[in-house]
Amino acid sequence: MSWIDAILQGTLLGGQYALYAAGLSLIFGVMRLVNIAHGDLIILGAYIALVCVEMLGLHPLLSMIIVCPTMFAIGYWMQKLVLNKTLGNDILPPLLVTFGLSIILQNVLMEVFSADSQRLQSGVLDTASLQLTDELTIGWLPLICFVTAVIVIASLQFLFYRTTMGMVFRATSDKAEIVQLMGVKKDRVFALAMGIALAVVGIASVFMAMRTNFDPSVGPGRLLYAFEAVIIGGLGNIWGTLLGGIIIGVSQAIGAQINPGWQQLAGHLAFLLILIFRPNGLFPRTKD
Amino acid sequence: MKLIKTIRRALLKVGLLSLIAILSSGLSTLAYANDPIKIGYVSPQTGPLAGFGEADDYVIDSIREQFKDGLKIGDETYQIEIIVKDSQSNPNRAADVASELILKDEVDMILVSSTPETTNPVSDQCEVNEIPCISTVAPWQPWFFARGGNPGEGFEWTYHFFWGLEDVIANYTAIWESVDTNKKVGGLFPNDGDGNAWGDKNLGFPPVLADKGMTLNDPGRYQNMTDDFSAYIGAFKKDNVDIITGVMIPPDFTTFWTQAQQQGLKPKVVSIGKALLFPASVEALGDSGHNISTEIWWSPNHPFKSSLTGISSAELAAGYTESTKKQWTQPIGFVHALFEVAADVLKRSKDPQNASAIIDAVKTTNLDTIVGNINWSKGPMKNVAKTPLVAGQWRKSDGDFKYDLVITENGQAPNIPVAGKTELIE
Repeated sequence: MSWIDAILQGTLLGGQYALYAAGLSLIFGVMRLVNIAHGDLIILGAYIALVCVEMLGLHPLLSMIIVCPTMFAIGYWMQKLVLNKTLGNDILPPLLVTFGLSIILQNVLMEVFSADSQRLQSGVLDTASLQLTDELTIGWLPLICFVTAVIVIASLQFLFYRTTMGMVFRATSDKAEIVQLMGVKKDRVFALAMGIALAVVGIASVFMAMRTNFDPSVGPGRLLYAFEAVIIGGLGNIWGTLLGGIIIGVSQAIGAQINPGWQQLAGHLAFLLILIFRPNGLFPRTKD
Repeated sequence: MKLIKTIRRALLKVGLLSLIAILSSGLSTLAYANDPIKIGYVSPQTGPLAGFGEADDYVIDSIREQFKDGLKIGDETYQIEIIVKDSQSNPNRAADVASELILKDEVDMILVSSTPETTNPVSDQCEVNEIPCISTVAPWQPWFFARGGNPGEGFEWTYHFFWGLEDVIANYTAIWESVDTNKKVGGLFPNDGDGNAWGDKNLGFPPVLADKGMTLNDPGRYQNMTDDFSAYIGAFKKDNVDIITGVMIPPDFTTFWTQAQQQGLKPKVVSIGKALLFPASVEALGDSGHNISTEIWWSPNHPFKSSLTGISSAELAAGYTESTKKQWTQPIGFVHALFEVAADVLKRSKDPQNASAIIDAVKTTNLDTIVGNINWSKGPMKNVAKTPLVAGQWRKSDGDFKYDLVITENGQAPNIPVAGKTELIE
């Protein structure tokens, strides 16, 4: 029974990791950009949510109404004003610039909000639980988070493969030079993609902030899991990212069943194994 | 010709200026008979440990006010200069600022507080540079043994006052024995200095619990900043533990306690070290912090008063709340006590600006401070003086703040009054 419990709780945790990773996966899929500041952007979103909750008295889940558009705008302009200027044949400049952004974000947040750890409280939802059998109980919050992750991933998939905007995204991703001949503004497409990615980050940040405490320095830790989920699932494959998140979550839960000291290591080991046997991830869409 | 004149004038000017400089420096030495005594203070004011340093500004401002006319030592009056440095919760940074204080500011003594990550690197710097150092707010074992202390020899320049692991164990087990449980304890020990010490098979909880007929379910050591505690929760549920203990950082306890409730783990007693020292971390739990127990090193109800200003514990805490609108925290008393000890030591030293003379005075300290008596000749080890430890529970309150910390166990220090009985978590 404890193994079923471990796999179930691990799967729910995987939903959280997939939410962290969805934005990263989208950005990579469209513009081959590895965003080192992704973890810190999650923390930025959490602080925006905190401000909404404290000033407007909103429920944390409702604060997404403000957090997501704000993050969209931040992403759009960050891409347009900064990152577009770094994209080219060389992959190094965007890496360095996002690395710099990560450091700037951490220090600005530290300056504005201090190092005190914060948390979004959601009242009864914090501890509400759902009894499945006599021995299996899961929390409503992790469940909502998992369902949200599935919905977000499904919507991104729909956007990518069933809409004109998605077609433009995919076309730009394949041959950025050619789409310009068709009247597509490459810079604008990239800015839109980054905006959508950061709106998803906004959702992830609210769930992270409801789950536990956060402070300006914890962002890079989130980046690591997000990155692993994207790689495991296969670069550019959005459903694969969900699966990647679940694989890390379940590996951690199984590792912890053997010995709690193995928990985080087991997730990283799963990642390493997949890298050895499937260097392109489980279901790669892109080959580079 | 004109050029020569200019040069001559310039030289004259320089000469005049240097004459003035020499005269004025001579005058200033006349005005102040003694160089000021410089005291360095290091604590974590930013970063994950910032809660410990939160009250520093208030305490140090009040100490500066106390010293504003200087400190009378023997027949002479010395100005006291306090130089405050932030460790940024980083051991390397703590060592850096300590050496800066010693080499650049040339302080006469260093005071340091809050967690082994701050006290140990600073104490080590002082030991190497032969500067007197007094530290506090870290259990004495991680301070003494983690620095390679040898029980026979001890240290020459560094002294520490606080309680030890044995006191936490005694307080927690007393709490657990005072209520009706199945005597099954679940342990949450991280893989860090504190976690390994608490869970140690010879020196930690296991032998004491075995003596008292309790069983310990210790699934293993987890890494700090873990996202998921389901494995622990599953193990504790299966074993049906009534008591949960551990020494956790605040984000980990928040994650654990939230998940425990989501997954239907219902312990009767939860006693957690480190994570629940500060009201802010208990408030982060929402309504579920009621009756969670923790160790208490200082509170407004401690029946002690300051040797420096004469104010009582209650007055010190009230003053803090009045000036900052924040609830009192435990480090306030200890930071104040650090400066009490410093003032007492300087007054008794034969030469307050000579390191050996200061250390000679430290050794013979016997001072009743706002955190209790401090006497290095009675410690469990050379260089260690112990202050009393009690324990209590966070209770929801109708007052100005969401939770109050209530003392419910004083077996180790009966002179500190209890304010209620230990209650079970519903």
